[in-house]
Amino acid sequence: MDAELRELYQEIILDHNKNPRNFGELDPHTHEAKGHNPLCGDRISITMNLKGDVIESLAFQGQGCAISTASASMMTEALTGKTVAEAQSLFEKFHTLVTTDDRTDEDVLGKLAILGGVRDYPSRVKCATLAWHAVDTAIKGDASVAKTE
Amino acid sequence: MSYDVEAIRAQFPILQQTVRGKPLVYLDNAASVQKPQAVIDTIAQVYSEQYANIHRGVHWMSEQTTIRYDKARQTVASFINAANARQIVFTRGATESINLVAYSYLEPLLSAGDEIVVTELEHHANIVPWQLLCQRKGAVLKVLPILDNGELDLAQLPRLLTTKTKMLAVAHVSNALGTINPISDIIAQAKAQNIPILIDGAQAVPHLTVDIQALDPDFYVFSGHKIYGPSGIGALYAKVEHLEKMQPYQSGGDMIASVTFEHTDFAEYPQKFEAGTPYIEGAIGFAAAIDWMNQVGIENIAAHELDLLEYATAQFRQVKGLTIIGDASEKSSVLSFLLDNAHPHDIGTMLDQHGVAIRTGQHCAQPLMERLGIPATARASFAAYNTRAEVDALVSAIVDVNEMFG
Ligand SMILES: Cc1ncc(COP(=O)(O)O)c(C=O)c1O
Repeated sequence: MDAELRELYQEIILDHNKNPRNFGELDPHTHEAKGHNPLCGDRISITMNLKGDVIESLAFQGQGCAISTASASMMTEALTGKTVAEAQSLFEKFHTLVTTDDRTDEDVLGKLAILGGVRDYPSRVKCATLAWHAVDTAIKGDASVAKTE
Repeated sequence: MSYDVEAIRAQFPILQQTVRGKPLVYLDNAASVQKPQAVIDTIAQVYSEQYANIHRGVHWMSEQTTIRYDKARQTVASFINAANARQIVFTRGATESINLVAYSYLEPLLSAGDEIVVTELEHHANIVPWQLLCQRKGAVLKVLPILDNGELDLAQLPRLLTTKTKMLAVAHVSNALGTINPISDIIAQAKAQNIPILIDGAQAVPHLTVDIQALDPDFYVFSGHKIYGPSGIGALYAKVEHLEKMQPYQSGGDMIASVTFEHTDFAEYPQKFEAGTPYIEGAIGFAAAIDWMNQVGIENIAAHELDLLEYATAQFRQVKGLTIIGDASEKSSVLSFLLDNAHPHDIGTMLDQHGVAIRTGQHCAQPLMERLGIPATARASFAAYNTRAEVDALVSAIVDVNEMFG
């Protein structure tokens, strides 16, 4: 198997794809949003419980490729227990990671940094950011469907 | 004479490249095909030896270019056996041709409550222009369903064709599934009820000989880039009785007979529908591509592609967890498929790593995907220059994906 290929589809990503964490719907929940990537048909829905400005719990469900599923799964782990401000800052850093060669935030992003491999596949960036956009929409309380940019 | 695919390949400079360190295996031909040297040379020759604006100069260069442009129209007409070259309108492609018919032909005739019928397997290009037209006029879009194997459910057509139907728009060949629709029968049914019919031939002309006079639809549309020609040029064929009555599409120079500030008389068709300086070199390249196809022989290309389709289909059936989507009895060289364990996008990215280019996604046919209950497919499609060795490369890459995601 190619080294380059292994870099994108790392064991961690394959594992989160096969066994997604926090998969399902939180009942009850305080916030929710749907994400749709019209380009590839990926659909994701996010449910979340905000207490004050802390994300107490976060879950996702939906249908998507390995990149979007693993990204969503890893995101739910990364954001649980974070404040809204921390989550938004992490989203910005994650976005920079997957769209640019700037790797300064890799340490802060921790495990999420392995998704940086998608920067070499511009058509796949949307897969990696879909769940994040949905969370952003949910936090802002905007009921509309989140779209990848 | 046997088909010499290596001799064909040698005419396509782009195929000599490597991608991500692997020889390029280009299997995204239903989206757009690569261009032979003859087409590349023709376009370069226009720019370097014979180029000027057309239909306006008395000078030699303009006259020569005009002659060549008009000849290109004749070549396109002959390609589908149209009776008269003037029945060919140059457009940007199949999409613009359909929009032109929606605006210039149907819109003035359509009333609230009228109906337009499309099918469930259409490309968005043959859905959205009609849908927007319906919204503008308060008309209704009706849909002919498909069967599970990807064929049209023709038993339901009579129910859908009524006195309210003002247009039936059907793909000749499905881009997502490869289904070849029995358009001869469908056209006959529409005619029996005096219903105008548009055939979207974008995926048909690369593989089938089209005899417009025998088929006799009201409108037939296709694109240059899918038949080895440039992108941004295509054609609309229409019946004379419609061309005479249709209103202009865009307006400006080249489409007029005389202009005052009070009034404009339009040129005759097809100029009436070709406002502005056209894509001159595109039209000439379009004709060069048709000449190239005729030289190789459309039947020869089709037979070669069918061999690849059968060879690939047989191998696909051996791959564990692979499902072929679309199993019509008449198919062009399109293979849509799914794997149990890997999403089409992951298949596409992994195949790309092997230098194998396929299309993944909804193929501009979102309603079809909804009907089939799937989010997307992976699609390999074959052209004149593909080989059995490339099919082997495709299959072995798919087997690798299976292992990794298994
Ligand atoms: C069946 C079908 N119709 C219409 C189109 C639109 O063609 P174009 O994009 O060249 O206008 C395509 C191209 O993908 C197609 O496959």
